[in-house]
This record gives sequence, structure tokens and C-alpha cells, in this order.
Amino acid sequence: MVADYGTREMLKVKIGRLKLKNPVILASGTCGFGEETKGFFDLNNLGAIVTKTITPDRREGNPPPRIAEAPAGLLNSIGLDNDGLGDFMSKKIPFLKRLKVPIIVSIAADNTDGFVKMAEELSAAACVGAIEINLSCPNVIHRGTKFSLLAQDKKSTEKIILKLRKTTHKTLIAKLSPSVTDIKEIAKAVVSGGADAISLINTYPGMLVNINTRKPKLGNTSGGLSGPAIKPLALKCVFDVYNAVGIPVIGTGGITNAADAIEFILCGAGAVQIGTANFINPRAPIEILDGITKYLKGKKIKSVKHLTGKLKI
Amino acid sequence: MRQFKAKILTNKKIAHEHYVLFFETPVFKEAVRPGQFFNIKINDSFEPFLRRPFGAYRIHGKKHGILYKVVGRTTEILSTKKKADILDILGPLGNGFDIKPFADYSPLSAVLVAGGHGVAPLAALAGKLRSRKVKVAVFIGSRSKKHVVCDKELGKLGAKVYIATDDGSKGYKGLVTDLLNRELSLMRRPLKTRIYACGPKPMLKATAKVAKKHNILCQVSLEEYMACGIGTCLGCAVQTRSGYKMVCKDGPVFDAEEIVW
Repeated sequence: MVADYGTREMLKVKIGRLKLKNPVILASGTCGFGEETKGFFDLNNLGAIVTKTITPDRREGNPPPRIAEAPAGLLNSIGLDNDGLGDFMSKKIPFLKRLKVPIIVSIAADNTDGFVKMAEELSAAACVGAIEINLSCPNVIHRGTKFSLLAQDKKSTEKIILKLRKTTHKTLIAKLSPSVTDIKEIAKAVVSGGADAISLINTYPGMLVNINTRKPKLGNTSGGLSGPAIKPLALKCVFDVYNAVGIPVIGTGGITNAADAIEFILCGAGAVQIGTANFINPRAPIEILDGITKYLKGKKIKSVKHLTGKLKI
Repeated sequence: MRQFKAKILTNKKIAHEHYVLFFETPVFKEAVRPGQFFNIKINDSFEPFLRRPFGAYRIHGKKHGILYKVVGRTTEILSTKKKADILDILGPLGNGFDIKPFADYSPLSAVLVAGGHGVAPLAALAGKLRSRKVKVAVFIGSRSKKHVVCDKELGKLGAKVYIATDDGSKGYKGLVTDLLNRELSLMRRPLKTRIYACGPKPMLKATAKVAKKHNILCQVSLEEYMACGIGTCLGCAVQTRSGYKMVCKDGPVFDAEEIVW
């Protein structure tokens, strides 16, 4: 679909210094490194792509089973299975740099130096539009904190973002966990660290049990819950954070259709990420984009930006 | 690989808990290979939420079939589907069985080992091999007589069929892999034999062991909990000698030697 001028203008959004042609982004870990999903639609029609999280070195990932179906959701313990930064720079960048869509690279490390090293190398790659800092994967343990998730530790989170801010000029997006006492506090720490935007939310820690074998359904005992089951929880986080901080919020968590995406935008999301839905319908992102466009036109809203946070209370 | 809406042509109960479902498909650029699978969303609801993978059982130009056993909620719902109902299908996916050696040498033989409804992709394979005049022996392991499927059609194809049941109600009483071991010990083996197996993991592990003992190359089709089917979620990992591989993209067919059992 080639959109006319008015439609193109209507959909434009900005996250930090990163300009997006529309607010629909593929979430980390649900589209590989782009190449895997390119057959279903033209990736260049999207707002941006967030890569699978990369780590400084190759990671094997967790023992199987790594996934289990949950009520209206998916429980996973993939464990950041990836080939590391070196492989990303040499093998994934060549495909990504040919795309005409901003690439957001998701990074994680088990210590601050690891984060900094990755930000340094990624700063040199022209095709990298932004860095999403994965502070919230429930399937890995960080050495820099006593908490089970980095994003539960206000001080460590702020320290890491401060370091990264000094390391790179790229747009920095902090991806947070909903599994905290008060997400607004973490969001404020992220802002004082110098992040440009916040992605909300990563998966909820969870588990499922097979009653016949009495074993956990995941090889790693517990994992992270995603999908429609967590949508209301994610909306609340986006709403709270949008009203607490002044930087853009990217909403994600159980979005499967345009109406879901619009709910997030109304609660304060400047853009949305489509995650688990990609596993069920690889064309979901493009259908959601079409749906948002129709909604805006139908309601005669000139720009999607005018919809962000326009919840009536 | 395509994503398409498929109209159901037939959905028939063929045995105690087994169904065969035919659906319309586009004509694929390359014909579906035995061992490849379809990842199917059986309705628009969140119950079930994920797609489910089914091995290709029947392969025709614009019509393909799966054979499934009712094992849980998803297959229960699937069994109630009627003619003209629509499925959302991704496929064909995966690599399929490697039958290249059979193109170059003849006469040869293939030994197919099935556990339960794992016979489905092997029936497709048997059809392909028989069309190339390959001698085929099929070993089917099941719980009891009423759980044995595909034995008659495989016989009609000209395959030699061996059956093992847990309760001895049909054929050999005991494990199909014990029957396989016994028969391989008796067989005068042709120059090139291959074993192809599909079924539960413990059965595949035992098959790999028997194959190794008799020094026969063996390919196994693995099953693992799966979400996307196209290699993006990294959910269906299996431990191999070169690290984790994905059943959906690197498999589902692997050389038995490659798997860390």
C-alpha cells in the first residue's frame, strides 16, 4: 500500500531523535533480525524494527521446553539465545542496512561494561537508529544487582543509563519490567539517567505446571508471560508512566489488533510494539497499521500524535 | 512458505481417536516434501492461542491432508470442524526427510519406524519412496489394536508392515523398537538402507540406538512445543552436537547422530 501525502503525514511520530514514518514497531524477540519475517509483507512499511536482544557474547539460551501456551497468552523462557555482538555486526547488519526502516537494537548484558561495549560498537553502525536497553528479561540473571531483574533496581538502572548516555548519541530506549512495586519510580530513574524513551512492558514473570508429571511446563522452571493476557496490566503501566514522566512511552503487551494499539496510544503511548501477535499472525503489524489509519481517518484526527494520552477521565 | 486461509474439504474420524482432515491450498512453488509441516491456527479465538504444527500426511497439488489424534483442547476443537470451515495456515514449513540417496542408487530399501500418530508423515514418505520403486518396510508401534492407523494403506502401497502394540492386541507385544531390532537382525540388508522415524522422543531415542547398533543411517522427525514455526521465537529448541537448533527451521528432521539424546 502506497499511502498518499496526507496519510503519510498523519502517521509520523518521533521517539527521541528518531523519526518514524508510523507508530507500529516490531517488538524484540518476535521478528528475529528482520530477515526471518520479510516474506510476509514489506518491512519498510513499518515504523521500526526492534531486533532480538543481543548480548556481548554468544548465549546458548535455556533448556527446552522453552515455551508453553497460557490462557490467552504465551509463557516463554528462551533465555536470550543469540550469537552475540560480533555475529550481529558481521552477519545481521548487512541485511538490516539495506532496509529503509529504522533499526532499534535490543541489548542486554550481565554487567555494566558489557552494556557499554555494545553501545560503543553500535554507535559506529549508521543503520542503527536507536538502542533499546533490555533491563527486564525475566530469563537472565544480572551480576550488577541483588534484585532478580535489573529493572527492579532503581539505582543500578539509573547508573547503567547514565553510562550509556555518555557512550552514545543514539536514541536510548529503556525497556522496563512490570514486575515492580512502583513502575513510576523506575521510570523517573530512567529519565534522570538520560534515556530518550521508555518501552513498556516486558513479560510478566510466571510459571505453569504439568499436573501429571508434576514438572514445571518450562525447562527453566519459570519464564515470562506475554500476549493478550497481560494487556490490561500493560495499559495500566503505560498510563501511570505517561503521567509521571515527560519522555515518550512506547506501549507493548498483548496488542493483537488496531483497537488494542489505539487503547495504548490513548493511555499515553507515542508508538506501539507488536510482539507475541507476530507468532500467531505474521501479518498482524501491517493489519494493525491499516486499522490505525482507518480509525484516524474515520474520526478525522489529523495526526496520531494528537491521540497520544487523550484518554478522557 | 505461505500464509493462507484454507477451506476444509473433509474432516473424518478414521480410528478410535484419529482424524484425517483435508484442506484446500494454493499450488506451492515447490511440492511439499514428506516431513514438512503446516502450522495451523484453528480459529480466531484466544482459546487456543497459538498455532499447532501438523506434519503433512497427504500431498496433492491443491489439496493437502493431515492426520491427527485428539490429545487435548486444540485437537478436540479441530475434530468438530466441518466442511467449508476455514483454517489459517502457515506452510509448508521445515526441511523434510532427506531421500536424495534413493535418486541415485537402486534397488534399495527404507525402514520407516512410527510411534502412534507419528505414522502420518511417514505414510507420505512411503508414498513418495514407493513411487520411486524403493522397497519399504514400516514398523508401527501403538498402544493397542484400535490405535493402529495407516497399516492397511501402507500395505496397499506395497510396503511390508510390522506392528507392535503395548498390550499385544495386534502384532508383536512390546516396544516397536524391540521388534525393529529383532527384524533387522534377521534381515539380509541391502547395500543402502536408511531408517526414518517419527514418534515420541523416547521411541526415537531407542530407534537411534538400534540404528547405530546395526550401522544404519537414521533420520528422525522431532516434535517440540512450538509457537511461530518460522524460526523467530526460538521456542522449539533441541540440543544437538553443535548447540541448540530449532525444530521448526533446522528440522523437524535431523540425523539421529546429531541429536544429544
